[in-house]
Amino acid sequence: MNYIQFLEMRPEISLLALFVVVFVYDLVARGKWRHYFHPITCILLMLHCAVCLGESYREATLFSGMYLTNPMIGIVKTILTGGTLLLVMQANKWLRSAHTTHKQGEFYTLLLSTLFGMYIMISAQHFLLFFIGLELASLPLACLVAFDKYRHHSAEAGVKYILSSMFSSTVMVYGISFLYGTTGTLYFEDMAAGVNGSPLQIFALVLFFAGMGFKISLVPFHLWTADTYQGAPTVVSSYLSVISKGAASFALMTILIKVFAPMVEHWQIMLYILTVASITIANLFAIRQTDLKRFMAYSSISQAGYIMLAVIGGAADGMSALVFYVLVYIFANLAVFGIIETLEHHTRSSVSRDDCNALYKTNPKLTLLMTLALFSLAGIPPFAGFFSKFFVFMSAFKAGFWVLVFIALINTVISLYYYLLIVKAMYITPNDNPIKPFNSSKYSRISFIVCLAGILLLGICSFVFEEIDKLSYGM
Amino acid sequence: MIPAEYYLVLSALMFFIGVFGFLTRRNLLAVLISTELVLNAVDINFAVFNAYYYPEHLEGFFFTMFAIGIAAAETAVAIAIILNVYRNMGTIRLKSLKKLKF
Repeated sequence: MNYIQFLEMRPEISLLALFVVVFVYDLVARGKWRHYFHPITCILLMLHCAVCLGESYREATLFSGMYLTNPMIGIVKTILTGGTLLLVMQANKWLRSAHTTHKQGEFYTLLLSTLFGMYIMISAQHFLLFFIGLELASLPLACLVAFDKYRHHSAEAGVKYILSSMFSSTVMVYGISFLYGTTGTLYFEDMAAGVNGSPLQIFALVLFFAGMGFKISLVPFHLWTADTYQGAPTVVSSYLSVISKGAASFALMTILIKVFAPMVEHWQIMLYILTVASITIANLFAIRQTDLKRFMAYSSISQAGYIMLAVIGGAADGMSALVFYVLVYIFANLAVFGIIETLEHHTRSSVSRDDCNALYKTNPKLTLLMTLALFSLAGIPPFAGFFSKFFVFMSAFKAGFWVLVFIALINTVISLYYYLLIVKAMYITPNDNPIKPFNSSKYSRISFIVCLAGILLLGICSFVFEEIDKLSYGM
Repeated sequence: MIPAEYYLVLSALMFFIGVFGFLTRRNLLAVLISTELVLNAVDINFAVFNAYYYPEHLEGFFFTMFAIGIAAAETAVAIAIILNVYRNMGTIRLKSLKKLKF
């Protein structure tokens, strides 16, 4: 047997090694070595990132065609890993607080296993492997949502997440069973030959959408989102909103263009309705939120709608727009969630919009970063968010969905309103008793600087998008 | 031999009973049982499709076996979280989950 071929799955192998090291370290480390746990994990994750980035990927399949790797998939995995690294750095203070310091190791192992599930989900070429990846990506995440064991909110959020996750994934598998029944195979490539748009397959497609819509939290399947984001530890909410969402949207796109390519007019209608509903309804709900985490939950639903604009065309430029959007979104959203996390840690309670009043007076740097990140999320020109939105709109426009693009543009204006509400609270609204000046931890500061660089430079440095664009593929 | 349609009707019934139960039950454990019902409908579907229509490969049976394993893992996690809810609130009625709202 040719073992050297397994080096094609080098991100998975490296992540698995990292997982084992962290797990064993958690078991054996005592005393002052516990103290070094967080830095060591950060360094190992950085090494893992370097391994992922490393030399370029070739197109290869493993396990008799079940597993596929190519340059694009490699890039997506690297982006997800980088996001996870930033997230772990931001988690520093929370992980060292009295309630969580003894279960740090569990946090890392659960986090890394969800990341592994996402890798599998992205690379899968067979519905069995895809299903396993999806479950591996969502089950440990449920444990993470319920991680703050003694907080009421966390348990409630956890139970809401796990039950809706189970339900949606079973509904999705029911759809897959009909696809299997009509085509007789579970391989993506072979299945595409048997897909012809019969009523049973349309039913299967609807059920499949229900499952993926849950993971990406598109509108009819979004009901868990706000509650889970609010109740979960902030680090976990931000993981759910960027990494998990990015992986699931990429997986959805690959399946739509590979398996469901013959049914393109059916899924385009479905995606059209979901996109319009997600963007509009989430925007309207976001306006009335005062709790910042709930607010970001609705914002992330509408961002998911924008990501779907890239998927709907199913073309190569759609895929590059999607990956670029996810990349930019990771930086902006991680900055916002990181700031919410530090504020929360400082005030020891949940943060509402009113708590941010006059934050500029006491914490100008943090406020500036928050403002830039919100501008990037809203899509204001010099920042990366504008360019990512532009590419997404372009790809939908090229596919002929100009009404959809118009609706999305109107919604961009609405979203600008509620993002600016926070900026207004931070700069203009007077407050006699603003949050006192404080220093965030070194790790958070580094991650904030990286996020800031991403927000400012990703749009201007056009080679990033060009590199991604070269590797993308479509229907 | 029993025709395949009989099994498919059974699995469709189980699916919709599970969906109905998920939407209407007022107890967290009952909701969990409903989702298990849906998953069992999936297992029946895969086994029937494999045995009746594509007996030359075993893909459907393998999917069923993996689905059963994953269902067990899901149930373990879900019950652990429900236990946690019970410890925090002293009840597992769905109505008690109302701290997180608008």
